Amino acid sequence: MMADDLGYLKETASQTAGPYVHIGLAPGAAGFDIYDQELGWDIAGPNAAGERIRVQGRVIDGTGSPVKDVLLEVWQANAAGHFAHPDGGGEVEDGFRGWGRVITDFQTGDWAFDTVKPGPCPGRNGATQAPHLNLWIVARGINLGLHTRMYFADEGAANAADPVLTMIEWENRRTTLLAERVEGDGPATYRFDIRLQGDGETVFFDI
Amino acid sequence: MTKPAEFYQRDTARHPPAFTPDYKTSYARSPRFSLISLDQGVGEVTGPTFGHGDIDAGDNDLLSNYAQPGQSPIGERIILHGRVLDENTRPVPNTLVEIWQANAGGRYRHKNDRYLAPIDVNFGGCGRTLTDDEGHYHFRTVKPGAYPWRNRVNDWRPAHVHFSVFGTAFCQRLITQCYFEGDPLIPRCPIVQTIPDPDAITGLTAKLDMNATIPLDTIAYRFDIVLRGRRATLFENRMEGT
Ligand SMILES: [Fe+3]
Repeated sequence: MMADDLGYLKETASQTAGPYVHIGLAPGAAGFDIYDQELGWDIAGPNAAGERIRVQGRVIDGTGSPVKDVLLEVWQANAAGHFAHPDGGGEVEDGFRGWGRVITDFQTGDWAFDTVKPGPCPGRNGATQAPHLNLWIVARGINLGLHTRMYFADEGAANAADPVLTMIEWENRRTTLLAERVEGDGPATYRFDIRLQGDGETVFFDI
Repeated sequence: MTKPAEFYQRDTARHPPAFTPDYKTSYARSPRFSLISLDQGVGEVTGPTFGHGDIDAGDNDLLSNYAQPGQSPIGERIILHGRVLDENTRPVPNTLVEIWQANAGGRYRHKNDRYLAPIDVNFGGCGRTLTDDEGHYHFRTVKPGAYPWRNRVNDWRPAHVHFSVFGTAFCQRLITQCYFEGDPLIPRCPIVQTIPDPDAITGLTAKLDMNATIPLDTIAYRFDIVLRGRRATLFENRMEGT
């Protein structure tokens, strides 16, 4: 590793996660048990305050087909708007990680995870960010993991004031980050489809 | 409490673009719009933390973590080790490193892999570990085999190990692949060649490390990983409210 003449190293280049990402990051889903505990299936833990929700959707490619080998990670605040990290803004409940990992069904491309609805969290320069989930998507054919956000369509007032949504110049693209609430038996479900390309292409972020 | 500092802007020239037509799967899976640049906030400069309670001590030993008692996988026994650093040359301690790979014949233990090379009953093909205080990690495994894949008619992947690394913040999250120096398939591989910068490709190539070799036992390769660096808090930065 050679630093440049200012003393900096350069970031390691990304490569696609490939078709077999599940072996490394979700081996149970790849078809074998190897670890005593797989990571990322329990996002909120048993003690988290706030509303229990399910989030489900699909990732859709430029031909309109579901992507059946994708892996998503979520990073979110708790109901009080705190992230489970020393710089996360405050305490979180015992067992709340705010991080999760989910893969799609290999036949249908459907994915889903259970968590709690996050609260608003601080933004820059005194702004408040609307409740949202940070999402990161990797798959075969994706050369650099894609960052996006999921907001809650039923948080109209908070979304209208959110500094990230309102920063998106094209108002018609902002809606690609909104998940619709679907009431049914059990916990409320939010539906969030991610379009990699084409009509309604989801907004992805360079962070 | 000091305010958390931002990370340096990602140098996109270091990474493959989304649309790389020689790697055909990228065609329909690449966004057409430019990424929208987002000023980092608390959710970007924080990320999940992991501890020794999350993993087992033997999870970094692919020679034994799926083998029957007293047996070993077939193949060239290797130590694959290195450091996780940031762009400021500082080690990234206590961060989760996860790997997965094909066996010595080039076959993955995966429902969707139908390559005719056989499954090795003693090889799972995944491992994970936490870096130590100086950012070091190491795995024991077998050197993976090259394998063919459906892209052009006769494309073969060079021997490679897939790596997933967290760092301390969600904006550092990285998945990449490690190759082995001297492999003639590296310059022929459409996935390697999605990276436009030859120096960045060199950075993905593990080097033979005779000093880390265990005589009469295991040969060693070294692969260092660099994650995005963070601004010093020499001056008040403008990320408020966190
Ligand atoms: Fe591979």
